[in-house]
Amino acid sequence: MLNTALEIAFWLIGAALALNLIRLLRGPDLTDRILALDTLGINLIALLIVHGMATGSAAGFEVALLLALLGFVATVALCKFLLRGDLIE
Amino acid sequence: MSSASEALVAGLLVIGALFVLLGAIGLARLPDFLTRLHAPTKATTLGVGSLLLASAIHFSDLAGGRISLHELAVACFLFVTAPVSAHLLAKAALHRSTPATGSGTPGGAGREAEQGPSTGAPPASASGAGRLADNDVART
Repeated sequence: MLNTALEIAFWLIGAALALNLIRLLRGPDLTDRILALDTLGINLIALLIVHGMATGSAAGFEVALLLALLGFVATVALCKFLLRGDLIE
Repeated sequence: MSSASEALVAGLLVIGALFVLLGAIGLARLPDFLTRLHAPTKATTLGVGSLLLASAIHFSDLAGGRISLHELAVACFLFVTAPVSAHLLAKAALHRSTPATGSGTPGGAGREAEQGPSTGAPPASASGAGRLADNDVART
């Protein structure tokens, strides 16, 4: 049962990544693309967690934490750039 | 692993993946940026939280009852940072949509732009209606 659930989760998260990629490619505004990148990072974290459960290794959590940190810092930096026109004033 | 906890982990996995997919569908299909902002920031975060709960139960069960705490760090970080990044994205979107609407305070212009052309508010003169129409054309 767990293997079937893992496979279903892989397919659903893969479809979510494809939809995020569509929005990233044809987002009309820059903020849409930033939002799509942020969501892409969060969905990659979900994929890493499911992959860690499928392989049984707990090594993916450090990668997931690093990815969350980088995604958050990137989103904040891009939004500050859009708001201020500059990062370090 | 007992079959009850396996069923719980499987159910949480499928529910979490469904919420992640729901957030992505909302991101791809909703018409406006400020509505599009809602889907990933709530549904996707909830889905990842459900997946992390499933992973915590799974690894706690594999370790023989010792509680796995890696997931808690990721979940805490995601649940704290998702509203912050959503707030900053909304601020950036309002800031970008404000100069196209001409004069006015930033908050007021943003709220006018959210309402769309069909409101017919009392202070909307002919130039105001044209401003709103231009804004809608620019946003779609």
